[in-house]
Amino acid sequence: MRTRHAARTRAALLTGRVVAGASRRAGQGTGSVIGGRASLLVEPDLLATLARGQRVALVSATNGKTTMTHLLSAAVRAADPAARVATNAEGANMGPGLVAALGAPPDATTAVLEVDERWLATVLADVGPAVVVLGNLSRDQLDRTQEVRTIADGWRDALGRLPTHAVVANADDPLVTWAADGAPRVVWVAPGPLWTLDAGGCPSCAGRIEFTDTTWRCRSCSFARPDPDVWLDGNDLVWADGRRLTLDLGLPGRANRANAALVLAAADAMGLDVDAAAHALRSVRDVAGRYRQADVGGADVRLLMAKNPSGWQEAIDMLRPAPVPLVAAINARIADGRDPSWLWDVPFEHLTDRFVVAVGDRKHDLAVRLAYAEVEHAVARDLIDAVRLLAERAADGVDYLGNYTAFQDELDEVGR
Amino acid sequence: MSGADTSSTVRIALLFPELLGTYGDGGNAVVLAKRLSWRGIPAEIVTVAAGSTVPDSCDLYLLGGGEDGPQVAAANELGLDGPLHRAVAGGAVLFAVCAGMQITGRAFLGADGQPQQGLGLLDCVTRRTSEPRAVGELVVEPDPLWGLERLTGFENHGGRTKPGATAQVLGRVTAGVGNGSVSVDADGQASEGILAHVGDGWVLGTYLHGPALARNPSLADLLLRWTTDAELAPLPEVDDEAARLRADRFVAIDAGRLDGVAHKTLRDRILRRN
Repeated sequence: MRTRHAARTRAALLTGRVVAGASRRAGQGTGSVIGGRASLLVEPDLLATLARGQRVALVSATNGKTTMTHLLSAAVRAADPAARVATNAEGANMGPGLVAALGAPPDATTAVLEVDERWLATVLADVGPAVVVLGNLSRDQLDRTQEVRTIADGWRDALGRLPTHAVVANADDPLVTWAADGAPRVVWVAPGPLWTLDAGGCPSCAGRIEFTDTTWRCRSCSFARPDPDVWLDGNDLVWADGRRLTLDLGLPGRANRANAALVLAAADAMGLDVDAAAHALRSVRDVAGRYRQADVGGADVRLLMAKNPSGWQEAIDMLRPAPVPLVAAINARIADGRDPSWLWDVPFEHLTDRFVVAVGDRKHDLAVRLAYAEVEHAVARDLIDAVRLLAERAADGVDYLGNYTAFQDELDEVGR
Repeated sequence: MSGADTSSTVRIALLFPELLGTYGDGGNAVVLAKRLSWRGIPAEIVTVAAGSTVPDSCDLYLLGGGEDGPQVAAANELGLDGPLHRAVAGGAVLFAVCAGMQITGRAFLGADGQPQQGLGLLDCVTRRTSEPRAVGELVVEPDPLWGLERLTGFENHGGRTKPGATAQVLGRVTAGVGNGSVSVDADGQASEGILAHVGDGWVLGTYLHGPALARNPSLADLLLRWTTDAELAPLPEVDDEAARLRADRFVAIDAGRLDGVAHKTLRDRILRRN
């Protein structure tokens, strides 16, 4: 029985590799997703089979899940040099992508997996008890995915029902708190409130959540921010038991400090040495092409990616100081969500001190938004065209911020 | 704002953005305020959080789209005869989008799927049909009565809205769903939007997101003409940019590509990942 199972598993993985290789040679990305799909056709229980015996961490969030997955993988490798880590570093985060990631290193001991928000319950049921890291929940691609509250309810149901080793959850996000609340063991992390616009309604009683600079609570019921076990104090990460360490990151912005806080709390929950883990975070400077600096048409361009209003707000916080210009790219393809009206929830008013060039399929939507924000701007065909248009304005570098497919297209241009 | 008094500030109330701000409709407040201030008319956005007192002294009121639960909460905040009703009767303008329009009608669907009484400012009833959720680009040929250009927006709603006997509509749907099958005329064409002249005020409901007023400057100026008797000078700079946005959308729809995508990459189609 067991050997037949193993044979089928091997056949499934081989099928996946053959299909992925063919896809790669045809110039269609890494092929991991289509390969994973092929593997699952041969062996539908492949995820459970591959995860058996591995230490597993699942990372989910609306924003920052790819970054947290990279950071946690680096932390595991540094704190446990004997570990062989399986991870979906390219961000293919649904069932097929996870199968491809788990099946890649034959002797993996630890899996650090980024999981799409809608897949978390399914994946958790398949892989068995894991450390689950929950970053944040906000609006993303509303025209095609479930509304954000439905996702929080789905997480809550799964985490209350399925066994976990620990849930590492952002206590400053009411929707994440609602999701994690019912889990048997929760490590509450307080990285500071970032985006609160989508959490105004109480998920427990439909009353109103009231935010202050440091905490939140429902005005109508007892639902409130839990006392954190770990919190950020400036650049320091502090544990309630008195431990304290200073973050030293290779990635910019307060959103990445929040990501690092959750990751180090997760490393701790996995039994790893947090000082060694923290030391490793500095080496992460490029997350699937994001944050990379590239020469484009003679200009030093730094590439940033954000998919939704909360992500754009945090990315704007990461931009270099004015007058470094910004090239902003907006598409509204299926993977982006076809409705870019969220542009009106992004605080473009913060960019009145610099020149912005709008590119992408929906550059004119962005141009209208910039006009009403009274940001000096122009429209160009693509990044190269924008750099040409910026001319001497690009002398001290250019920041590029694109949404999902716009960024992927740009990576294809500059080389992955 | 009453009469020809343009010296005082036009106050624009953005109602409950934390409940009805899911689809970027808060941008309508920015568009209206800027289109006034660029014309030398002072404007102020008054953000009204749920739980706080709704002022009855603003000139323009805005309701946006949102999820089912928050939609019910917003309706409960406004009541059946509250400050918003007084303001409209006294001459204020209410612009209500999607969930905002649904609660402004006589009845809408509660979070449990049961009909719930609406504000009664628009003569329409929203209910669920067996049809799928309406998601995509929406194009409306406006009734010539309103003096509008062709309207473009993005719709995202499950309910269908039946205009009542006294209801006026914004126009006829030429792409998308709008008020939906419950609203079709003798030619089999669905209507979009509901309007009413209530007391001295106006109420305009629509399914157009985008935000609607960013995509449709003529609609923004219709609301502003109702609100103020001031001369509305043209705004060529921003409206040229809006014209390019609009042209993009109409070209995409005319080509039958409702998502406005010039080409979907094979990766897009295979991955469907975020």
